[in-house]
Amino acid sequence: MSVLIFLDQSDGHIKKNSLEAASYGAKVAEMLNTTAEGIVLGTINEDLAGLGKYGLKKVHSLKNESLNNFDAAVFASVIAEAVKNIGANVVIFSNNFNGKAIAPRLSVRLKAGLVSGAVSLPELSNGFVVKKNVFSGKAFANVAINTDVKIISLNANAYKINEVEGIAETTELNVPIPEAKVKVQEVNKVVGEVPLSEAEIVVSGGRGLKGPENWGIVTDLAKALGAATACSRPVSDSDWRPHHEHVGQTGLAIAPNLYFAIGISGAIQHLAGVNRSKTIVVINKDAEAPFFKAADYGIVGDAFEVVPQITEAVKKLKGT
Amino acid sequence: MKILVCISKTPDTTAKIAFTDNNTKFAEAGVQFILNPYDEWYSLVRAIEIKEADASSVIHLINVGGADADPIIRKALALGGDEAFRVDSSSQDGFYIASQIAAIAKQNNYDLIFTGKETIDYNGSSIGGMVAELLELPYISLATKFTLNGTSATVNREIEGGEEIDEVTLPAVVSCQKGVAEQRIPNMRGIMGARTKPLKVTDPVDAETLTSINSFELPPPKAGVKLVPADQPEELVRLLHEEAKVF
Ligand SMILES: Cc1cc2nc3c(=O)[nH]c(=O)nc-3n(C[C@H](O)[C@H](O)[C@H](O)COP(=O)(O)OP(=O)(O)OC[C@H]3O[C@@H](n4cnc5c(N)ncnc54)[C@H](O)[C@@H]3O)c2cc1C
Ligand SMILES: Nc1ncnc2c1ncn2[C@@H]1O[C@H](COP(=O)(O)O)[C@@H](O)[C@H]1O
Repeated sequence: MSVLIFLDQSDGHIKKNSLEAASYGAKVAEMLNTTAEGIVLGTINEDLAGLGKYGLKKVHSLKNESLNNFDAAVFASVIAEAVKNIGANVVIFSNNFNGKAIAPRLSVRLKAGLVSGAVSLPELSNGFVVKKNVFSGKAFANVAINTDVKIISLNANAYKINEVEGIAETTELNVPIPEAKVKVQEVNKVVGEVPLSEAEIVVSGGRGLKGPENWGIVTDLAKALGAATACSRPVSDSDWRPHHEHVGQTGLAIAPNLYFAIGISGAIQHLAGVNRSKTIVVINKDAEAPFFKAADYGIVGDAFEVVPQITEAVKKLKGT
Repeated sequence: MKILVCISKTPDTTAKIAFTDNNTKFAEAGVQFILNPYDEWYSLVRAIEIKEADASSVIHLINVGGADADPIIRKALALGGDEAFRVDSSSQDGFYIASQIAAIAKQNNYDLIFTGKETIDYNGSSIGGMVAELLELPYISLATKFTLNGTSATVNREIEGGEEIDEVTLPAVVSCQKGVAEQRIPNMRGIMGARTKPLKVTDPVDAETLTSINSFELPPPKAGVKLVPADQPEELVRLLHEEAKVF
């Protein structure tokens, strides 16, 4: 018995959301009186024993170069074999892009019930029940997993990384790697920016900014806060901003600690992607904008005047 | 190209979310149901475009649901599906639904199976991967672009902070999101034609359910917005730093 956490990596580094999953998994293991173990696939540059600081007792790795090519079928097969070898009975993923591709396949392979988009620790008083996000952030469902092996994929930013004392034992996995049918041709990533899906602070702009030439006030504030940038759908539809910045019902759903909405009206489809943010700040010149009803803090005013002053105040406070 | 498009029925994006029966059931009264936006706007439209480029293509639709799903199936036929299957079941378990889709797929040898990114009600984002595993086919999730090259496809998929471009030999399962196609509106000819297109209702095959929903809950209501005067932006920053402690 153990809890196995899939540690997703890119360019040799474990992704932040996987460290959240590790901390979450360590807590689940504690609740079940067992140990938390990690699994890493592909070439990796990190000190795997050091991952003990996220509560992992053991880290299994398969540093095979072919695993730098992402194919969900190959990953699911390798992880399924590992689960059997290790005797894991709970498997945890981050509900990130790779997690969304692998976890469902693994669920079928192991006939293990999957709850994707988990937002809190399982409830064990009556079965194994996991709370997840449903209706695009407008509600939660408590879902019982009724199989021996259980799979949870944890939403980004739903569990805090918790550092402890400890060194993990490291072992090499010895399982067959099937041939990949999906061949990665190219990876294009914006470098040097905080990826929106991992960001703790997000500054977002809407149609109220009138045009792409005015985005400087958004990016300046984001820079001062160390934040990622996002936008409403009409903004990306008009190509004012890149598509991967679109948040909402049909874009990315995010849950940062702080979401700054500038010149966004707060349509229900926009809220669906951001309403799980812990703190929401709205800057809008219309006091009747629906977004204020979902906000924690707000300023009724002209973004072009207010936002640069907020940026200055942030810089002053941070001493930058 | 023989294509299967998986379609689901979801509450309208503006629907009021509430629950009945001791918070165990979604309150459907007064709610308008729609074709799940990801299925309608992206995967179905991309399938239609493939057919427009190659008239020998066939588009099958599948829904696992009750008779109350028929209107949305008809809408998908009006947009351009050729024929539809409805597996008569109201199960919400992903594995069970995927097993039904896989059973139909096995009878028909599709070159391509499309799903949407996720259903906007249960947000599982998992049916596509499950169907792929059941059929032992490759799966590319969260596609933002899909290009056919004969018997293979080039698929852009979203990753953290960017995209990956993949090459896959068909048959394959692909889940679609924004970027794959542009929303269309059914025309009159499509709507008239949809009435006579085949919609076959079948009984489910035996399959297990691995999960069950015990209850639903709504998030606690927000305390209300704290407004800061427009000429005091430092005060907002102070509150965020000292009260909300978000940076
Ligand atoms: C099925 C469906 C799915 C959808 N999915 C999404 C989605 O995923 N994401 C999304 O964002 N939308 C989505 N939409 C669209 C959504 O309904 C809204 O149309 C959209 O969010 C509006 O964008 P906006 O707030 O930027 O623009 P607007 O609604 O035009 O709002 C602009 C706001 O800026 C304010 N403003 C103007 N000038 C200033 C100024 N100088 N200073 C400060 N404030 C100013 C105005 O008061 C106004 O409130 C969807 C719609 C549908 C039907
Ligand atoms: N009941 C269903 N019948 C047919 N297809 C479905 C059903 N539920 C989900 N799907 C498909 O699977 C996709 C992902 O759904 P989900 O995994 O539930 O978020 C949807 O966009 C549909 O394409």
